[in-house]
Amino acid sequence: MRVSLNWLKEYVTFDMDPQILAEKLTMSGIAVEAIEYPGKEIKGIYVGEVIEVIPHPNADKLSLCKVNVNEANQNLPIICGAPNVKKGQRVVVALPGATLPGDVKIKKAKIRGIESFGMICSGQELGMEEDLIPEEQRHGIIVLNDDAPLGADAKQLLGLEDVIFVLELTPNRSDCLSIVNVAKEIAALAGVKSRFPQFSLDEYLIDGDHQISVEINDTDLCERYVARVVSGIEIKDSPLWMQKRLQAAGMRPINNVVDVTNYVMLEMGQPLHAFDYDLLEGKKIIVRRAQENEEIITLDKKERQLNSEQLVIADTKRAIAIAGVMGGYNTEVENNTTTVIIESAYFNPTSVRKTSLELNLRSEASLRFEKGIDKNRVNLAADRAAYLLALLAGGKIEKGYVDNYPVKYNPIAIELRCRIVNSTIGLNLTADEIKKLLESIELTVEHKAGEVMTVFIPSHRLDLTKEIDLIEEIARLHGYNKIPNTLPRGSNNNVSRTKEQLVEKNVRAIMVASGFSEVITYSFLNVNHFDKLSIPKENTLREVVRIANPLSEDGAVMRTTMIPGLMDVMIKNINRKITSISIYELGKTYHPGEGVLPKEINRLALLVTGSQRKGWAWQNVDMDFYFAKGLLEELALRMGISFRFCPTTDNSTFHPGRQTQILLNNAVIGVLGELSPQILENYGVQQAACIAELDLDKVAGGYSPIISYQEIPRYPSIQRDLAILVKEEVNASQIEKIIDDKGKPLLNYYYLFDLYKGKQVPEGYKSLAFSLIYQSKDRTLTDEEVNDVHRIIQEGLITEIGARLR
Amino acid sequence: MILDKLESIKFQAEKDIEETKELSELEKLKVKYLGKKGELTQVLRGMGQISLEERPAVGKIANEVRDYITEIIDKQYEILKLSERSMQIKKEYIDVTLPGYKVNLGTIHPLNLILDEIKDIFRGLGYSVAEGPEIESDYYNFEALNFPKGHPARDMQDSFFITPEVLLRTHTSPVQVRVMEKTAPNIPVRIIAPGKVYRRDDDATHSPMFHQVEGLLIDEEVTLGDLKGTLLVFAKAMFGETVDIRMRPSFFPFTEPSAEVDISCVMCGGAGCRVCSGSGWLEILGSGMVHPRVLEMSGYDPEQVKGFAFGMGVERIAMLKYGINDLRLFFDNDLRFLKQFK
Repeated sequence: MRVSLNWLKEYVTFDMDPQILAEKLTMSGIAVEAIEYPGKEIKGIYVGEVIEVIPHPNADKLSLCKVNVNEANQNLPIICGAPNVKKGQRVVVALPGATLPGDVKIKKAKIRGIESFGMICSGQELGMEEDLIPEEQRHGIIVLNDDAPLGADAKQLLGLEDVIFVLELTPNRSDCLSIVNVAKEIAALAGVKSRFPQFSLDEYLIDGDHQISVEINDTDLCERYVARVVSGIEIKDSPLWMQKRLQAAGMRPINNVVDVTNYVMLEMGQPLHAFDYDLLEGKKIIVRRAQENEEIITLDKKERQLNSEQLVIADTKRAIAIAGVMGGYNTEVENNTTTVIIESAYFNPTSVRKTSLELNLRSEASLRFEKGIDKNRVNLAADRAAYLLALLAGGKIEKGYVDNYPVKYNPIAIELRCRIVNSTIGLNLTADEIKKLLESIELTVEHKAGEVMTVFIPSHRLDLTKEIDLIEEIARLHGYNKIPNTLPRGSNNNVSRTKEQLVEKNVRAIMVASGFSEVITYSFLNVNHFDKLSIPKENTLREVVRIANPLSEDGAVMRTTMIPGLMDVMIKNINRKITSISIYELGKTYHPGEGVLPKEINRLALLVTGSQRKGWAWQNVDMDFYFAKGLLEELALRMGISFRFCPTTDNSTFHPGRQTQILLNNAVIGVLGELSPQILENYGVQQAACIAELDLDKVAGGYSPIISYQEIPRYPSIQRDLAILVKEEVNASQIEKIIDDKGKPLLNYYYLFDLYKGKQVPEGYKSLAFSLIYQSKDRTLTDEEVNDVHRIIQEGLITEIGARLR
Repeated sequence: MILDKLESIKFQAEKDIEETKELSELEKLKVKYLGKKGELTQVLRGMGQISLEERPAVGKIANEVRDYITEIIDKQYEILKLSERSMQIKKEYIDVTLPGYKVNLGTIHPLNLILDEIKDIFRGLGYSVAEGPEIESDYYNFEALNFPKGHPARDMQDSFFITPEVLLRTHTSPVQVRVMEKTAPNIPVRIIAPGKVYRRDDDATHSPMFHQVEGLLIDEEVTLGDLKGTLLVFAKAMFGETVDIRMRPSFFPFTEPSAEVDISCVMCGGAGCRVCSGSGWLEILGSGMVHPRVLEMSGYDPEQVKGFAFGMGVERIAMLKYGINDLRLFFDNDLRFLKQFK
């Protein structure tokens, strides 16, 4: 809502700097988004009269004008390029020395060889929005009414000495879509009383013969309908002051009738519509639901098809308006209109909102109706418009009018307890102080004694229906920032982390310690990823939660795997020449569930490609399958669990020879693998990459955060190395199983310290070297007993997998 | 005769010792002169051949020579030791200006860094962290939060719907309702609920997915002043001791009174600059007293308990705190961006 300070001052008298007023409004809940000073840059413009127009001798499109402004400036030669300049017009003249918006300085100048002493101004040159300039002046100069006083300060006349407050209203304060109601707010802030527009119809009333009747068929959608007839109207431009106020509010002046309806809407918050009486069939207005597929051409000359839930205003033959949304073209007020019907009504907010949404047709009227308007002001607004039409269009107001009011306004009274006021806000206000605050916004308060008072709500404050609404009014009128800062008393909560939260915290710490960067990708994806990742048609990953109204195909379904997000990040970074990447993401995947809501699973996904740089002293470390695996092993260790890796070949996203399931307590909780060459090709990636994805909820299920100290061994350990040659197809896990079995109970631990293929190792074989550490808790081992166990392990390896000792 | 010999040993030893260049040479000389088979010992063994009267005098001189040689060996030892150490040190010089070995630590996403900070602050104030589903029912996302049926947020335009009754949550507030339903009628409730939220918007200043943190406190006596005090503590912990807050009346369906909360501009300190559009204030969150209707729907008696709630955008706070000027950077995942958050 754009509010002119000059207009406001008609209804409330106050003296406050605009900046301070804006601040006060904002801090009381009517947010001022911006303050505009339309005439800020303008200086030295006056009303002048064009007394002669002749073509410029040296230019086709220019005119040489003579203009009178004041005593000192008579017969002033001014060159003008506007097509609409004519002899006898009152115009806006910027004399030499004037300044205009955009840092324009007007000087005496020679234009195509002829001297020009200033400029005749267009709306644009004065900084007006093009849309708000009346159509006939949009491509030319401003033409003032003939009665504009010659030589007068045009800045004042054009309403440019004004301040515009741009309000950003919260949905509950739609009452402030009315200047009169904004004035009430300001009155409360300034500690004064506001005024309602004062007018009397008496001197314009006639006993007309223009009959009119109103029939409301659907009172659920139309609770009040007032129709007034004004005859003898002469359609012309509305006076400049009215045009300027409309422009200040962001509306374009059209003609006196349309302007009056808009003016009263802005002033009182009641949308109005004017029908041409003579075009009304049967001289009867019927408010009814549209017939299914009923058609109407609206004022914007567009044909609209309606449904049977939408309310229309009709005459005896056809729809003439979509109620509360837009008038019909068939009864539009035209230049030859002489008699109009002013419609002022209360339409059901939800119905107007639905209709305007369905038709994609938002208007200033629908905006107000859908928020709810003051039902008690419906008739006053009709009278106000009639009065202004009489005043500005020479209209006569017919005595007979219709006020069809089937659903009456129900006055609201609220019981307010002072104790609750104070205990909610954190204040110690007395009943008197509370009463005063409420009365400042024109609420009527009845308070005899004690802590309860009765508050009567005026009809324009539809947002006040409960005690808590009044408490909010008291808080904001008192000032939020005057409330003392305190901290809640009372007992604390259990603030310990859940298992899931501990897992998340641990995972993050380990990932950071291992050099991974965390990414966050969108939770939705394009289904084409499933094909690009070669996910089989019947795979459960393709069972998706689909978004009914996605912004685009790229976000059409909720992700069932984190892999696509990581792929996108990898590709984007490779394209930016970052080829060594180690990233992880903690997030959810979403799967159709059995209940109302889908199933959400917390996951960890990681991707590695390239190598980890160690600086100048060491060799770089390839971030390959084993890099990722080592990390997962450490991760498990830190969670007090252990993962089992079970090789697979059938996951089509991964390289058949480089993939494994991750198992926890015999349940598959994730996968680890190198992307298959086909997938790399599908995504246009030129380098190998490994991905792991696991179900963190399952990890959390096994998470055992208890660290328990193990006694440090008191007896020395004995180390023996073991180097064997085995066929290439023998898996490390087979060897480990034998060492595990045969080494019990003296073998404390062992590790692989070398793996070698090549020179000195026969084709088809590989050499592995382990360090085995033997130790007992209760004695020093002898060489003999260690040798015995070691030999058993060696023999086991030889007989079971055909190992050769080296 | 013996005295001459002693004199000559002393002279020779002096010369030999002085000429040594390395500790090992000195070690050899020590054996040569003072060892069991050393020259001096040999001389002393010949004592038997001299007369009894002369013995004490010769013995004394011999001891003096031994002491003297021991002394100069020790001195020379010190000198050689020093020179050897300094040679070693010279040899072991390294270029300390070479960079150290690289420690490959990773990074946490800036939004999670901020979330961690927020969680820490509120844990310290006695709040636990609650979670809820990102795909929500209309009931939890709107209905139970007092959004009327025709509310614009309930339109297809603004939210992502799965079915007419199920949607991607548009805020973290439904977690409030879930926690209240679970806890009611017990008090206190002190939770924050961080998480992803979704709105149907995608441009330079809107992302279809973003992050919020919700806060909720329910207890016997809770006031708007408590809310203000709590948020002041939070703002100072997050943005620094000098930061101030202000509350502007606002409107949310699920709180009343409602307030928009600003912090004094972190860039200009409140004087007015480009970041705060000259106002000196930056909006960081929405808040208010839990609406009685919301309490009631979730199983609390609004006559018995009160509550406050607040919700903040994590991206907004991260942008202010780190001076990030483009929202899209958060989800672009450019490693050159992510690796800045060490």
